[in-house]
Amino acid sequence: MSVALAVLRKLVGMAVTLLVTSFLVFSSLYLAPGDPVSFLVQGRSPSPAELVSIRKEFGFDQPFLVRYWHWLDAVLHGDFGRSYLFHESVGAVIWARLPASLLLVGVSTLLIAVVGIGAGAVSALRHGTRTDKSVLLLVTVGAAVPSFAAAVLLRSVFGVRLGWFPTIGNGTGFLDELHHVAMPAVALSVTFMALVTRVTRASMLDELGREHVEVALSRGVPRGSVLRRHVFRNALGPIVTVSGLLVSGMLVSTAIVETAFGMSGIGSLLVQCVDELDFQVVQALVLLVVAVFVVVNTLVDLLHPLIDPRIAAGGGAR
Amino acid sequence: MSTTVLQRRPLLGRLRGGFLAHGWLFRTSLVLLLGFVVVALLAPWLAPQDPTLGDFATTMAGPSAAHLLGTDQGGHDTFSALLVGARSSLLGPLGVVVFSSVAGIAVGLFSGWRGGWADAVIGRVLDILFAFPSLLLAILAVALFGKGLGAPVLAMAIAYMPYTARLVRGLTAQEKARPYVAAYLVQGHAPLYVAVRRLLPSLGPTVLAQSTVNFGYALLDLAALSFLGLGVQPPTPDWGAMINQAQAAVLQGQPLSAVVPAVAVVLVVVAFNVVGEQLGDRLARRDAR
Amino acid sequence: MTLLSVEGLTVELPGSARPVLDTVHLRVAAGEVVGLVGESGSGKSVTARSALGLLPARAHVTGRVLVEGKDLVGADAARLREVRTSVASMVFQDPRAGINPVRRIGDFLAEPLRLVKGWSRRQAEARALELLAAVGLPDPPRHLRQYPHQLSGGMLQRVMIAGALAGEPKLLLCDEPTTALDVSTQAEILALLGALQRERGLGMLLITHDIELAAATCDRVYVMYAGRIVEEASAADLFGSPRHPYTRGLLGSTPPLTGPMERLHPVPGAPMSLAESAPGCAFAARCAFAEPGRCDQAPPGLLPLPAAAVPSTAAADPTGSADRRAACFRVAELPAVVTSEVAP
Repeated sequence: MSVALAVLRKLVGMAVTLLVTSFLVFSSLYLAPGDPVSFLVQGRSPSPAELVSIRKEFGFDQPFLVRYWHWLDAVLHGDFGRSYLFHESVGAVIWARLPASLLLVGVSTLLIAVVGIGAGAVSALRHGTRTDKSVLLLVTVGAAVPSFAAAVLLRSVFGVRLGWFPTIGNGTGFLDELHHVAMPAVALSVTFMALVTRVTRASMLDELGREHVEVALSRGVPRGSVLRRHVFRNALGPIVTVSGLLVSGMLVSTAIVETAFGMSGIGSLLVQCVDELDFQVVQALVLLVVAVFVVVNTLVDLLHPLIDPRIAAGGGAR
Repeated sequence: MSTTVLQRRPLLGRLRGGFLAHGWLFRTSLVLLLGFVVVALLAPWLAPQDPTLGDFATTMAGPSAAHLLGTDQGGHDTFSALLVGARSSLLGPLGVVVFSSVAGIAVGLFSGWRGGWADAVIGRVLDILFAFPSLLLAILAVALFGKGLGAPVLAMAIAYMPYTARLVRGLTAQEKARPYVAAYLVQGHAPLYVAVRRLLPSLGPTVLAQSTVNFGYALLDLAALSFLGLGVQPPTPDWGAMINQAQAAVLQGQPLSAVVPAVAVVLVVVAFNVVGEQLGDRLARRDAR
Repeated sequence: MTLLSVEGLTVELPGSARPVLDTVHLRVAAGEVVGLVGESGSGKSVTARSALGLLPARAHVTGRVLVEGKDLVGADAARLREVRTSVASMVFQDPRAGINPVRRIGDFLAEPLRLVKGWSRRQAEARALELLAAVGLPDPPRHLRQYPHQLSGGMLQRVMIAGALAGEPKLLLCDEPTTALDVSTQAEILALLGALQRERGLGMLLITHDIELAAATCDRVYVMYAGRIVEEASAADLFGSPRHPYTRGLLGSTPPLTGPMERLHPVPGAPMSLAESAPGCAFAARCAFAEPGRCDQAPPGLLPLPAAAVPSTAAADPTGSADRRAACFRVAELPAVVTSEVAP
């Protein structure tokens, strides 16, 4: 009955968050020292036509909120302004680099899920053994290995010394791209893998100690089924929640990994545009990352009642 | 009532003593952090050479008596750069942690003490801030204010603030319900006085534990920023920037000048995490008793 | 026919000062209701779990646990599955903790049938409906699709019982089945268990800390203390003339449900933890009758009562006294008591 209403409330909450976020990102331009128009075109000589359009959009002849409204309206129609570095629309610039980053993030997500959850589960099942302790040590170190350090080590060992993987570029064709993306994906995954492993372990240990697990065993349900249907199934909630929270960190880390491996993607685009003062692209990318985070976590929130029926769709403490 | 009041003024004394009761990992980490701080403070006197000066006669050299950890492709002494680079790795995160803790405590204390709609609104704002990853805010700050550590440190302080604020808010709301707070209020103390002078000290250790963990992550973020060439600018030595500079050497099979700062970052961050988490666990256990 | 026969079962855990179970003997015949009484930590639950082969993995186990004549100690997984699904099953204390909160009631009931016995979904569902009706729940088709948090504690305990009956067991182990429930539902659950036991001719082992309850519902009762059986008697004998000082203490510390409220005589001291051990009788430290130099040397064996010690009322009863045993050196010397009048 009230499920639809609850879902609607969450979606409205998401829309409000996105609105506030977009407002913050838009106004950040006005934090920059000096006049925003000269800030946007600094160090470049835009064509007169470009200058007219930018003055029209950011000039002071309109009130701030009206300017925001025009900007938002354009953004909602997929128009993020123009890149003065590439002399193209910001949308086109990002769009061209998106697939490479999606592949990187996709492969990394797979790695994180398989290795992180796998190691966490094994560690929990072997609680207190040497295996468990090694996993814990790896997790402690792994959580502190920044992706740029991992990138350096991987390139040095598997790229230069052993020559197994290319050290630079995106590659062409699917298999070559996969070959190119393997090391960056590992470098991107290390920290997040450690976090997912830790959460999986803690959550599984928590569930392993529950009485319903003993009850299921006492009723003759085979151990494997008990682990899958009761322990892992029940441990899923925290794992999904934490994974959702990792999304934004992962997207930002593409900047580091793509830069380290000389890949072309939205991460390296962000760094390049900060470096070369192309603020409209930076703004669009920041908005994109935050929006993806908000949407993903709203989805996680909406999915939660399916994972744990005790959480009604309406409530659910965050 | 008076016994309750006396009992709940633990201050940092809760952390004092019994450090040796922790495992070897904790002790090693603590020693490592101590060494890190000492090196950062004394670096100019400890460094055998000036890491900003390149010796083009000996580039990408291996370890030797003259260059303990070799040199990078610009002929800078890696060992000296490592020591001096500890300074920005200490100061940057310190700035982030101090600003974020002060702001977080203020916001959390207010939110938890006031409760009601103010609490709800602040909670909502913190939720939105959570959506901005710290590194992204730092990058945005660079885009707006130019390269260097100043603007990113402030931006990251904003990104880390919600963690401390949430923690303090929760503890404040919980502490406020305890009898000792009511006892003070009944005795006629001003609410602000009770909140700041009596409640704040009992939050200290928990905030310290959280800040220790934050320090490690802030160090990672700032090193990443310098690695991207957006933070500390060469020739000023910085671990992140060193790794960035050493990229070419790595591709030529001379990874030492990149590996050294990378290992330093990992070790220091692991140490901060271990110390912070174990302090947190310890407090949790004490409070559970 | 003896369904369950525990013979000299000793269970030791690494790091504890005394065995969790120390040469426990116990049997349950088909159609018989047997009580197992003791304070928490006395080993009641471990004894019951041994009948399902559910002893802690780290435990060192000696002795035998015969279920339908076959030993479960060291049995392989297949045999354990067979016993757990078709011969014996357990009703746990707290259904809220004992039933997975994220799975539906129907799934809980059907799980062993589908996964172990290989029944089809329809078969298992039909069976689940039958079971829910058998335990007196009002709307089986609806409950099948509900989650545990949507049912009250009493209803959920009925679900737990239905789950225990799923495989048509011959032996039902009930581990404090009413302790977690509120008082008004306790009687209903007990009545249900009694009715099911009679209808199906189940052997039942009822674990409880409530000696009055055991006396009222069981045929025979075992009293446990610190991992040992200290007294075994028919319910009437035990209640009418308790022999072991501990049993006397338990009866003295239970308020009467009817009649005038007399002063209670709680057993002094605390039960022995796993970190403690005693060379002699484990109860000696708390026993009003303990004799230094005799009770604290070696543990007393669980022996049939000497003829002189058997009170005449019980001796006249043909079903009683045959199985009367007590583990106390002074059992023959102590004056026979009537329940209400308790040792000093």
